[in-house]
Amino acid sequence: MTQSIRSRPGPRVALFVTCLTDQFFPRVAVAVTKILEHFGCEVDFPQRQTCCGQPMYNNGFPAEARELAKRWVEIFREYPYVVSPSGSCCAMVREHYPHLLNGEDAGMAAKTFEFVEFLQKVLKVDVSKYALPAGRKVAYHYTCHLRGLGIGGQPPRILSQMANVQLMELERADQCCGFGGTFAVKYPVVSGAIVEDKTDCIARSGADTLICNDAGCAMNIAGMCRRRGMETRVVHLAELLAEAMGLDLDGW
Amino acid sequence: MGLIHLPQADFQEAAAVGAGDKRLRAAVTNNTFRKQQGRELRWKELPDVQAARNLAAEIKQHTLDHLDFYLDQLKAAVERNGGKVYLASDGDAARKIIFDIIAKTNSRRIIKSKSMASEEIELTPHLEKAGLDVVETDLGEFIVQVSHDRPSHLVAPIIHKDRKSIATVFSQYFGTPYNDDPPTLTRQARAFLRDRFRKADLGMTGGNFLVAETGQVCVVENEGNARQSLTTPRVLISLVGIEKLVPRLADLAVMIKLLARSSTGQSMTVYTSIFGGPRRAGEKDGPEEFHLVLLDNGRTEILANEEYREVLRCIRCGACLNVCPIFRNIGGHAYGSVYPGPIGALLSPLLGGLENYKDLPQASSLCGACYHACPVKIDIPRHLVNLRRDIVNRRLDGWKERLLYRLWARAMKSPFLYRMIGAIQRWDLRRRAEGTGWISRLPSFAAGWTRVRDMPAPAERSFHQIWKDRR
Repeated sequence: MTQSIRSRPGPRVALFVTCLTDQFFPRVAVAVTKILEHFGCEVDFPQRQTCCGQPMYNNGFPAEARELAKRWVEIFREYPYVVSPSGSCCAMVREHYPHLLNGEDAGMAAKTFEFVEFLQKVLKVDVSKYALPAGRKVAYHYTCHLRGLGIGGQPPRILSQMANVQLMELERADQCCGFGGTFAVKYPVVSGAIVEDKTDCIARSGADTLICNDAGCAMNIAGMCRRRGMETRVVHLAELLAEAMGLDLDGW
Repeated sequence: MGLIHLPQADFQEAAAVGAGDKRLRAAVTNNTFRKQQGRELRWKELPDVQAARNLAAEIKQHTLDHLDFYLDQLKAAVERNGGKVYLASDGDAARKIIFDIIAKTNSRRIIKSKSMASEEIELTPHLEKAGLDVVETDLGEFIVQVSHDRPSHLVAPIIHKDRKSIATVFSQYFGTPYNDDPPTLTRQARAFLRDRFRKADLGMTGGNFLVAETGQVCVVENEGNARQSLTTPRVLISLVGIEKLVPRLADLAVMIKLLARSSTGQSMTVYTSIFGGPRRAGEKDGPEEFHLVLLDNGRTEILANEEYREVLRCIRCGACLNVCPIFRNIGGHAYGSVYPGPIGALLSPLLGGLENYKDLPQASSLCGACYHACPVKIDIPRHLVNLRRDIVNRRLDGWKERLLYRLWARAMKSPFLYRMIGAIQRWDLRRRAEGTGWISRLPSFAAGWTRVRDMPAPAERSFHQIWKDRR
């Protein structure tokens, strides 16, 4: 176990890993942890966390979602900040917990942040001293739930700050990738047409790397790239930043 | 009663037809994307578009919350202007009122401008069936009429058609040689319609807004055909949904500022007609008789439901259709309703029965683009989710699905079960990936995923496990 170097004392942060990141992309969570610690945060991972209830809420089971929301609030309420690598789960807490819990969300909506948003709005980091080991052509997919979180339509500042990143223009960057949770399984033809269009746009952008800060969307887009034989790498911004910062993601 | 359910076997099949038509998808995507850009540009012209949206939403919501009051006010004002007002409870009633007016006024030749309310009650086909000479005068709707098609977009009814198919239809209809030059086609339609305008004895319009205090109808358009319909013939009928009311002319100004900007990306439409009542002494044009038919057709039921009431704020600008990834990739016809797109996925089940349209609220990724494009701030994704809840509560879906979600929710209350299920799933999926890191075939309920794309294999160890190493 290696201790990250803390540049300045920062806040205590609970990591809300989300189910898909936990099961499919734990490296992203390792990257998030290490980056936050590098910038001085004290990161904790409440191990009782499971699902935030988003699938139940979205599919018409508000009572079941409410139970999971209450549980989530109990687990996370003691922390001044909660940070999540996935925009949609973060939006669940921010947009839907307040009305689902009749306002009894213990103020969690105001304390919960998407990872990049937290870096920019709370920690106000400057990453311009970091450079990727080699130049990369990067496109940014603006995941839908960032819209709900009020995070602007431009690729995040920290992406353009990093050296060796050539930002490629992505057509209709803010158009949904067609994931939508169970929608992707229940309406495969519709979902498939949308992600086909998305990957067409990615191919035309000339990017070799696509940034996608939502685990579900990443599975969808990466899965379609793979099906179509595209070489594009779909990564989370935390992974790219960790690489630029020289952080090792294969162990603590 | 209710919305017309278009003849189609199944949403999934209709969507597959749309999604399988690459030309259609490209045409709809490019056209709607241009409209999206137009809207974004025009919204920026306003000093504070968010304030304008909030105000427009409040105006419409306030009117809906007091609709009985404003309907009375409107009726009194129209009658003061010398017009007649009718309230039609459904499509049958509305058509009967209209047929009676046609008979009483001995009208033979009818010119009609574009109106979603008339689409909703299938007015034109009914008039045609009765042997009346009726012509749609909006160019897009004219093309729809002569090709026996259906509109596929609230504002751009022939967004699904290309130049060549229009040229073919015109050549057949007019009996002229095939020519797909757009100005030539437009001139051909113009010459035909001009003659109809002159000879018509009854004009029909819809209405974008109704102004309660003055008893006026507002119609916006770009071709001047609606202006013709309401000025030339001796009888005028306007068929308008009851939810189109605003209290005052001052409120109309707010709505007009937003409508064209949100719809076609124009600051204003070419023609904005505000009218009410027959021609007065000294006026050069206008009808001798004015009839306002107010259409309910399920609207009061939505109004009675406080949760869904705000859906009636809709001003039919089509901004939500223009940004919708689903609309762009399946086209409007797949929705099987006169109201397609995100707002159609609410209006169709709310007006036409959830049991008839239960796929529409479910076939959405809930991306939220519609809500952010809506000039009257209807929280479309929220209502889609609420309709999904109604589907569950009314047991319109399968019992297996209900059981699955309930078991899933119960399991997620236990960290132990979460970790155990996760471990089993990771093991199973990794086994299916056969060391490639990708799964290309999944069984049963998950098969939909791999029907169109691969799935990345999960990690060998979850973050929960990796975190424990730290200790």
